[in-house]
Amino acid sequence: MRKPFARNLLVSGAIALAAVATGTVAIAAGGTEHPPHKHWHFQGPFGTFDRAAAQRGFQVYQEVCAACHSLSLMSYRNLTELGLTENQVKGLIKDISVSDLNDDGAPVDRPARPSDRFKKPFPNEAAAAAANNGKAPPDLSVIVKAREYGPDYIYGILTGYVPYDKLTPEQIKEFDVKKDDNFNKYFPGHKIAMAPPLSDDKVTYADGTKATLDQEASDVVEFLAWASEPHMEDRKRTGVRVILFLLALAGLMYAVKRTVWADKH
Amino acid sequence: MASSHGTPPVFNNKVIAWIDYRLPIFSYIEKEYHTFPTPRNFNYFWNFGAIATVMLVLMIATGIVLATNYTPHVLMAFDSVERIDRDVPQGWLIRDLHMNGASFFFIAVYIHIFRGMYYGSYKAPRELLWILGVVIFLLMMATAFMGYVLPWGQMSFWGATVITNLFSALPVVGESIVTWLWGGFAVDNPTLNRFFALHYLLPFVIVAVVALHVVALHIHGSNNPTGIDPKGPQDTVPFHPYYTMKDGFGVVCFLIVYAVFVFFAPDYMGHPDNYIPANPLVTPAHIVPEWYFLPFYAILRAIPDKLGGVLAMFGAIAVLFILPWLDTSRVRSCTFRPIYKWFMMFLVVDVIVLGICGSKPPEGFWVPLSQLATLYYFAHFLVLLPILGKIERPLPLPPSIADAVLKKKAV
Repeated sequence: MRKPFARNLLVSGAIALAAVATGTVAIAAGGTEHPPHKHWHFQGPFGTFDRAAAQRGFQVYQEVCAACHSLSLMSYRNLTELGLTENQVKGLIKDISVSDLNDDGAPVDRPARPSDRFKKPFPNEAAAAAANNGKAPPDLSVIVKAREYGPDYIYGILTGYVPYDKLTPEQIKEFDVKKDDNFNKYFPGHKIAMAPPLSDDKVTYADGTKATLDQEASDVVEFLAWASEPHMEDRKRTGVRVILFLLALAGLMYAVKRTVWADKH
Repeated sequence: MASSHGTPPVFNNKVIAWIDYRLPIFSYIEKEYHTFPTPRNFNYFWNFGAIATVMLVLMIATGIVLATNYTPHVLMAFDSVERIDRDVPQGWLIRDLHMNGASFFFIAVYIHIFRGMYYGSYKAPRELLWILGVVIFLLMMATAFMGYVLPWGQMSFWGATVITNLFSALPVVGESIVTWLWGGFAVDNPTLNRFFALHYLLPFVIVAVVALHVVALHIHGSNNPTGIDPKGPQDTVPFHPYYTMKDGFGVVCFLIVYAVFVFFAPDYMGHPDNYIPANPLVTPAHIVPEWYFLPFYAILRAIPDKLGGVLAMFGAIAVLFILPWLDTSRVRSCTFRPIYKWFMMFLVVDVIVLGICGSKPPEGFWVPLSQLATLYYFAHFLVLLPILGKIERPLPLPPSIADAVLKKKAV
């Protein structure tokens, strides 16, 4: 007559799952064309950042993206977490000068220190907007978390440009594309203010990796994924320990519970 | 169940005896959490009260730590949350626990509410216990809504704008109420400040109402899966160690699922737009609340009239307050209600459908579907429940809880 335990548990599980699924639906709703899924080194429960790729990605950011995009939440010292030594970081930033105030309160330029935040390309948002047709380029600190399909989307944007002469007449008509517009397959509305930032051999990698467009885009996504969540590896490592502990505790609790209840069923 | 549980306990420890003679907290704990006679036949659905309590404590503990590192200012709030994530030692852990904790608190409470509805735990003499529960649910919704505003991302800002604007639908006083809520003429720094203050305050109000909820529970004791009252000691077990152990086991199992999300998918239940700092000049393509509000959001949008939608949304919760009087059946548990049982399961499906509708843009097929689901939601409470109680023929009830347990064992 009574619903058995197992079935009750199943029902409650189903409700929880449905609730979670509803959450996904909320997230998945309202996108344009989905960028193709790519496998990333940092994905999965045990995924870690590919240090070499992220270091190359930093080079791409620094030499290309940083001309327009800030990375305001990161400090140069954070680069040591990517496997660089403090001296290497100092070497990387030796030519960067940042604005500061001297002891008399007068504005001065001084060499960047590892404790400085990444230097912003523009003094303020208004200046950034003025230099970019009225809209400031977004800060990239959490960009990978701030877009649906984060890493795939960023990679898709960087590699998804279609030159004007490769567009079909229907596309030109439907999206009202002009000769000077940048058409991107994965950008909502397709017309994107950013000109194609990367191309083959845009940078020269110190480690000898061939700098194809695909390589540069993957590397900078690896770097930006790290910038979005520098503690990700710590989070997963802690998670494994916590869940193993909880599983053991649950087993123990169940055994005690069975013993306590033994005389009641 | 009578509230006297035998002779008062004798404490051998002199200090405890001294305190207890003057302030009987030890007698209270002994009586309410040790010897307290509890039906022996709970299933695992009865764990969710304890689980919700654990989540409440966890939310308050992590919340206080977050508050010590958070800056409630429109120019600094977003970065201060990122600073917690990046620079505060283990800050990411506290933040992930808190933001996923909200979702899991709601999961626990939704299952707890379902349990109460399925087994008729709201019926006499537990009406006030149920009503206090609905008050807790309302307070949780207010707290969660204001908490989601604090990181000051795009969804924070636009969610706050949409929800506070609902009050403008009220005739005459609407606009003034909205201005009063905002502390100005738009969602801005005063809004963020008061939301932070209230987000810190309300959880303690919840604690107080939970205390009343527990007091009310301990007057007549818990309901149970058969819905029949315990008739003697053979029907009950002492709360400790039987249910302390069973609840403990259930809590740990729940925490495992919670930990999977905290450590391996911390942003799964959130919205990516909330990692874009709030910008009053750019409206997101699609404003959605957190998943636990989606069924109510769907009801709001199902009515093609602003005031009507607002009234329906609040009505969807208001109807829960009068649930004990809408249900005319004398039988508590759905186990013995062969027709209502299926309508109850269908209500669960209906609420999930509403949730999915709430997550979709209000266009095309989703509009009539959410209207249909809204119609069922209200019809369930206002039409089906009163009528079914009269016409349904319940199955024969077992003579006692012990009887039901032993019979099940024999099968």
